Amino acid sequence: MGEFRMPSLGADMESGTLLEWRVKPGDRVKRRDIIAVVDTDKAAIEVEVYEDGVVEELLVKPGEKVPVGTVMAIIRSDADQPREAETKAVGAEQATTEAAPPRAQKKEPPAPPPESPAERVKASPYARRLAAEHGIDLKTLVPSGPHESICAADVKQAVEAAKAAGPEEPPPVAAPPRAEEAPAAAAPAPEEVSGWKDPEAMRRAIAKAMARSKREIPHYYLQTRVDMRRTLGWLESENRRRSIKDRLLPVVPLLKAVAMSLQEVPELNGYWIDDRHQPQEAINIGIAISLRQGGLIAPAILDADLLGVDELMAALRDLITRTRDGRLKSAEMTAATITVTNLGDLGVESVFGVIYPPQVALVGIGKTMEQPWAENGLLGVRPVMTASLSGDHRATDGLQGARFLDTLNRRLQEPSKL
Amino acid sequence: MSPSSPETMRRLTYRDAVREALAEAMRKDERVFLMGEDVGRYGGCFAASKRLLEEFGPERIRDTPLSESGFVGAGIGAALGGMRPIVEIMTVNFSLLAADQIMNTAATYLHMSGGQFNVPLVIRMATGGGRQLAAQHSHCLDGWYAHIPGIRVVSPATHEDARGMLWTALQDPDPVLIFEHSGLYNLEGELAADAGPVDIDRAKLCRPGRDISIISYSASLIKALEAAEILSAEGIEAEVIDLRSLRPLDEATFLSSVSRTHRALIVDEGWRSGSISAEISARIMEGVFFDLDAPVERLCSAEVPMPYAKHMEAAALPQVDNIVELIRIMVKTHG
Repeated sequence: MGEFRMPSLGADMESGTLLEWRVKPGDRVKRRDIIAVVDTDKAAIEVEVYEDGVVEELLVKPGEKVPVGTVMAIIRSDADQPREAETKAVGAEQATTEAAPPRAQKKEPPAPPPESPAERVKASPYARRLAAEHGIDLKTLVPSGPHESICAADVKQAVEAAKAAGPEEPPPVAAPPRAEEAPAAAAPAPEEVSGWKDPEAMRRAIAKAMARSKREIPHYYLQTRVDMRRTLGWLESENRRRSIKDRLLPVVPLLKAVAMSLQEVPELNGYWIDDRHQPQEAINIGIAISLRQGGLIAPAILDADLLGVDELMAALRDLITRTRDGRLKSAEMTAATITVTNLGDLGVESVFGVIYPPQVALVGIGKTMEQPWAENGLLGVRPVMTASLSGDHRATDGLQGARFLDTLNRRLQEPSKL
Repeated sequence: MSPSSPETMRRLTYRDAVREALAEAMRKDERVFLMGEDVGRYGGCFAASKRLLEEFGPERIRDTPLSESGFVGAGIGAALGGMRPIVEIMTVNFSLLAADQIMNTAATYLHMSGGQFNVPLVIRMATGGGRQLAAQHSHCLDGWYAHIPGIRVVSPATHEDARGMLWTALQDPDPVLIFEHSGLYNLEGELAADAGPVDIDRAKLCRPGRDISIISYSASLIKALEAAEILSAEGIEAEVIDLRSLRPLDEATFLSSVSRTHRALIVDEGWRSGSISAEISARIMEGVFFDLDAPVERLCSAEVPMPYAKHMEAAALPQVDNIVELIRIMVKTHG
């Protein structure tokens, strides 16, 4: 029996509003199907399910706002036995109503049963938070904390156990982006999910994340000037043989170079969580995208290191379009392992960004502009771009940061290898 | 703070540190004078002003009649007149006789005069129990005063603070109450030879730890540190925070600690109901509820008038053993 819970779609998300169900009781679902659209302070987000099975009950109605971790639907997984054993235990009258196969009871989803004090799990607020983040069901844990409560140690143990048991893990990090994510079900979109929340809520969400970053993360900053002549030359010749719609934007070789540099300096790619540096294998580059109505958001291009430049261009175009429409997938919202902010288009020479927690680094791209450039005793004019790095000094030191910028520079001098 | 090396450190009692602070203030600023019951010829009820009369004379070390309301009022007047008085009240219990002067006059004057008159007054008083002085000389009412806007309330628990808080308090344009725990005066400790003024705004992390934050002040801090040492041998690492200032409360320091350790114990010699420990607990709930892995706990004095009998007095006060036992339960780990 699986419980589909309100997911945490960002470090600072505490609750979310269900906008619509894309499924109804009785529907068969597959792992990674989009089954709901959830509204956070920032955006309407399509949420995936993590197991194969049949939707048994929908417990939350569209429009309801519930805390992260709240059970929203019951999914009977294919591995489950039919519910006989359980229903018998519940009692005779109930058994008669519930014995019917789930498909038959399509009147309306039954109201969630009132929680009796005996059923309420006694868990510390911190344990609840951890459990929600890791998708652990508190009811399955044995309490070891004070007053017979479930404490953080119990949850951590369960997380470790789950890790040891196998890769069937909730985090959707490795999900490759699907080309077009047309809403599968023909459910009418309530209030036209045109995306982003009111600017004030977004401002608050940004404020929260950025204040947390500056409060908790000891930033260090590095910058280097990069001669872009070779990269721009390469870009020009590449674009000459492409049709207009397939042309690469200058940011694409930059992103590719960032992704490749992260392979060489993996320490900068990942998180700082629970007082621990947790580098990630997947390189999911968050792109800071500003929105027309104000505010910004940094969804990720997943597995950017595995994409060629053309795929990267396509992914970027797709991501920007869907971001501005307010249609992102949950993985894209949560899986970024590093962020790139490009203020060069706005004429800014260099940018020292604020790291998006729990990430540990942010790469800033400034404007490429012609500048005097001395090399081998000669003075010339080159297109020069200032790249910067904001690093979390808890996780890495200037050494790694410097190696990263140096590698990035080197990559941009060998554009044919991008 | 200068780094401590053996040559630059010296041993002295808390009382000596207080006396040095008084003498230094008198030498540095001629507007400073000390007044209170028995501060002159007797040298102070707790001997904090011993021999100061010889050096500074009866004009600046002034014995007063047993009239707290009168001499605290005189102190307020002197402060308004441009002096920098230090008023000593023998114990916090007696300060209640001057509560009107402290709360209705000293704390409000700046406000009532439309910002025209600051009251740069420092009041020192002994607080706390543990010395068999019974129910009229032993209470810890520091937290009561922390309720009052318009004054600062500081609580030096260490030699460094006993030595350094007075001068900073004298520089403050508004009234500052300094609570010296009577059980600390005889305590010996190390102090840097060049110890000087310290801030009076910030709580201090005295001992880092990962498992629980003990938030305390005054003499209870010493017990908390002792308990932390015992627990450390058992593998429980307690972080210990000295509040130092009860008003304003430096909540940023203890909230950040609790958000790291996920557990908090407040050790407060005051009574539990309506206490500063209640205030701290409330702020933890408000600030870092979702980081808590166990209910916030408090160890306070038993809600009785302080007993005279030694064993009963000991039982009424939070003790090292109580702290150790409670923390063992709070930090129960997988066996």
